[in-house]
Amino acid sequence: MAERKVGWEPQGQHTLVGKEIQRLDGPVKASGQAKYANDTNPPGTLFAKLLTSPHAHAKLVMLNLDKAKAVKGVKAVIAMAEVGQEVRYEGWPIVAIAAERPEYAEDGLRAIEIKFEVLSHFVDEADLKGAEAADVTDAGEKVKLTKSLGTQKKGDVETALKEAKHVHKGFYGVNTITHMCLEPHGSHAAWDGDKLNVALSTQNVSGTAGQYVKPLGIDEASVSIKCDFIGGGFGSKFAVDEWDVACAKLAKETGKPVRLLLNRATEMQIAGNRPSAFAEVTVACDAEGKITAWDSHHWGTNGPKGGTVALTVTPYVFDPPNRTRTATGIITNCGPDRAWRAPNHPQACAYSQTAIDDLAAKAGMDSLSFFQKNLSLTNVPHIYGPELEIAAKLMDWKTKWHPRGQGGGNGPVKRGIGLALHTWGGGPHQSNVTIKVHPDGSVEVMMGSQDIGTGTRTCIAQVAADTFGLPLNAVKVSIGSNKFPKAGPSGGSTTIGGVTGPTRRTAQQALWKICDLAAAKYNVDGTSLSAKDGKLWSGDKEVCTWKQAASLVGPMALELQGGPVTEDEKLTDKQVGGVQMAEVAVDTETGVVRMVKMVAVQDIGLIVNRLLARSQVYGALIMGIAYSLVEERIMDNKTGRFINANLVDYKLPRIGDIGDLVVEFYEPEDQYKRGVIGLGEPPVIAPGAAISNAVANAIGVRVPVLPLTPKRVLDALKGARV
Amino acid sequence: MKSFEYARPETEAEAVEFLGTNAGQTVVLAGGTDLVSLMKAELVTPSRVVDLKRIPSLREVTRIDGGVQIGSLATLSDLAQHPLLGGYRSLFDVIDGVRAIQIQGSGTIGGDLCHLPNCWYFRGGYGLLAMDKGVSLPEVGDNRYHAILGNSGPAKFVNASRFAPALIAWGAKVRVISKVDGQKSLSHNSQSSTPNLHEEWLPLEYFYISPKTNAQGNTVLKPGQLISHVWLPDAGNMTSATYEVLQTEGLDWPLASAGVCVDVEGGLVRQARIVMGHVAPTPWLANDAARLLIGQSLNDDTAGMVADAAVSQATPLSMNDYKVQLARTAVKRALLKSVGKLEM
Repeated sequence: MAERKVGWEPQGQHTLVGKEIQRLDGPVKASGQAKYANDTNPPGTLFAKLLTSPHAHAKLVMLNLDKAKAVKGVKAVIAMAEVGQEVRYEGWPIVAIAAERPEYAEDGLRAIEIKFEVLSHFVDEADLKGAEAADVTDAGEKVKLTKSLGTQKKGDVETALKEAKHVHKGFYGVNTITHMCLEPHGSHAAWDGDKLNVALSTQNVSGTAGQYVKPLGIDEASVSIKCDFIGGGFGSKFAVDEWDVACAKLAKETGKPVRLLLNRATEMQIAGNRPSAFAEVTVACDAEGKITAWDSHHWGTNGPKGGTVALTVTPYVFDPPNRTRTATGIITNCGPDRAWRAPNHPQACAYSQTAIDDLAAKAGMDSLSFFQKNLSLTNVPHIYGPELEIAAKLMDWKTKWHPRGQGGGNGPVKRGIGLALHTWGGGPHQSNVTIKVHPDGSVEVMMGSQDIGTGTRTCIAQVAADTFGLPLNAVKVSIGSNKFPKAGPSGGSTTIGGVTGPTRRTAQQALWKICDLAAAKYNVDGTSLSAKDGKLWSGDKEVCTWKQAASLVGPMALELQGGPVTEDEKLTDKQVGGVQMAEVAVDTETGVVRMVKMVAVQDIGLIVNRLLARSQVYGALIMGIAYSLVEERIMDNKTGRFINANLVDYKLPRIGDIGDLVVEFYEPEDQYKRGVIGLGEPPVIAPGAAISNAVANAIGVRVPVLPLTPKRVLDALKGARV
Repeated sequence: MKSFEYARPETEAEAVEFLGTNAGQTVVLAGGTDLVSLMKAELVTPSRVVDLKRIPSLREVTRIDGGVQIGSLATLSDLAQHPLLGGYRSLFDVIDGVRAIQIQGSGTIGGDLCHLPNCWYFRGGYGLLAMDKGVSLPEVGDNRYHAILGNSGPAKFVNASRFAPALIAWGAKVRVISKVDGQKSLSHNSQSSTPNLHEEWLPLEYFYISPKTNAQGNTVLKPGQLISHVWLPDAGNMTSATYEVLQTEGLDWPLASAGVCVDVEGGLVRQARIVMGHVAPTPWLANDAARLLIGQSLNDDTAGMVADAAVSQATPLSMNDYKVQLARTAVKRALLKSVGKLEM
């Protein structure tokens, strides 16, 4: 008699879980049949557009909407800001107009009579001294633009620095980037009497209906949220935004459905960004290369709130015995930040592990040996250790390593390699599930979840089908509606564990019920039964087909609900490491950096879908290459505007810029036994430091600020020659 | 986008008729890869758009007058495949550098020559000269992509054309057409082969201007005029190349470029023309530098020496000193590439 226990099968014994399975919704996405919020446009829909502030800081002194309301085709005009109010960044929404056609809405925008009193602004996020000296008023009061985010001390840095063999001081930084979701933020809102139906581009299907309650005075039960597909979120789409509320209000006022999606410039200006961080670092080691002291002050901006990267992740991954860390936030007239894939970590990694690599160079050590030597300062040395070995082999580190700037070759193009480590949680969020086994044997799984790239549908289907011993297509998965059982938002790499854990447990419980019914009917021991190949088996003996067993549930489906996973079920876990190595070719006459190769070695516990997991890492590496080499928000100090808020000047890499990507999962049995752990975020953390370190290795000079543009590379080379 | 009239002429004469002569009122539509964006942003707000795509003569590539005549509506893909253009390597370098097949398929050579500057202040609505309350924004603001040569006047933007450096190096001319009574001629050598149609040929190097006012635009084209054709002399013994410094492998504007033509005989340079792009409000001819090559063999050292000379007069702005190095590299590499000596 086998014990019935919630859990995964031993490593290697699952039929679908852990396999390479293509995304179930790949074909509808690739063929354009998948309908996004942006595609929702039923007949009768009105088109809404926003008037936004062209100024970084201004007071609204006059607003007259009468002429706009009289424009042909315009159906409703609502103010989103009041006269007398200050707008604090370019793109601040002021008026929303709904019209029969987009052109009429634009005509309406042009007819708005509006006047601003332009006020002084500050947008130079790298300039700490400038921020301290800036003369900026807010609501008539002079304001201080810098905010101390505290200092934390451990050990005795001063003594450690005195006793250290090597001390390195340096400046590092990462510019602000935006999320650049291909599908901009926005929604389609339609009222059906008192009920509101919204197609919302969201990472938070179950958590957004409630956000309409207060602004609209509606009850949550009357709000239906639908998001079958999302064209990118990366942490920026958890909320119902003020423009979504405006969309619902315009729909109410006109009695017609309304769609309101941000245009690209506004999307980039106001729908989220990743805060910048710049750091002055002092770091020291002893004669053996063991890091003994760290002292840093970092600053940056997240817009009007005046924050930057959290203190707690500094220095990143390595935690030396003596450490002082200080942070200062700068209030700027830039758009507000939102969570960006692994909040805080990529920036902290970029300014910490570059400084540590510079210290290694100063100590005359191979970067790999230096990092290895300091693994005891990390939280998971037992993971980083073997991962570094694997990565070094895949990169051929020993052959390719050379001291900084000594790679040889007569031409202007120099090669180099670099590495970095990262860490992330990735524990499961709280999700519920309903599973139905119909008398005909078909299976339904329902969750109020979403797919931001995880492959949510596919992974749920794999787990359910695997548990019932069925082929993948026997399971129908429904997600994307808040009318399905409540699921957590997709943030923090929580989704894969959050959805597969409850699905596994609940499917197991449903299977056991069916086994009991079959046991009674066919007179075998229910606990001896297992499901495989569409049949129930008692040991090697076939008992009945799945259909025969399912028919025993009676005329109506067997329906089971399951709640969130608990730690003791051991279906899921949290806390991963991860190692990345980069190889670059730098043209020292143009400053152009080309990726040659990236190696990512990642632990993620039990892998649900190997193909999708690898895709997640590819995506993360590409996003990492983007912010390392090309991507940045450029604020113009003079005008206070985001001057590259378009897809030409805001550069992104193309396939030709990516190089060779090598992904390897670290999955010994003890890792497998931890269960499912989230993967979306960790691999996007290390590229900045790894690539910057590779560039320093290639050209012998640190290019301090990401992205590593030709200008920054040439300026660094020139600085080194002076 | 504001409403506009749409006209679709089928002959050149009809086109100039539709074009009228009211400044700022009428624009021509070629591939539309940039115009449509400019109209969406309401930076260009014409009352009439004249679509040239239905005029067959504007897309032809023919051998004529000891050279090759290219219709301004020929797309980059048309050019890439054309047998008459095999000898003009520098044009292929440009087409290849565009990378994006969508732009290669719809972008036209005439559209490229008339491409308005990519200066982000211009694109942000501050006008061609990007003046704000008497202050030059590129001078005091973010000028990382702006001019390093010819920037002492009010114009600080860089000419956006990717073909112009190569074409000017080849000694290309453009045919400018207008309505017979519509415009005074650009020069005295004008003629008219078609009734109603005024045509004149202008060396491309005289086509661009560095404007003193926003209204001047960045070319000599006056309201009612358009470029119908480009003419290139026979390649003869000349070899050519374009080198663009591109940050990415995708659709991206060059940070600096150079188009060169050289005639080498017996290992020595007999003639050389060097034109830099994306460094000044107009394509920048480096004739003095090119002259240094005459009688020399073209190698790493001489190319480097000439490249130094080509940028020796550079006057970088506060943030674009690095572009001097890029322009220098573009010249050096274009020269080496033109004689098959660029090893990368």
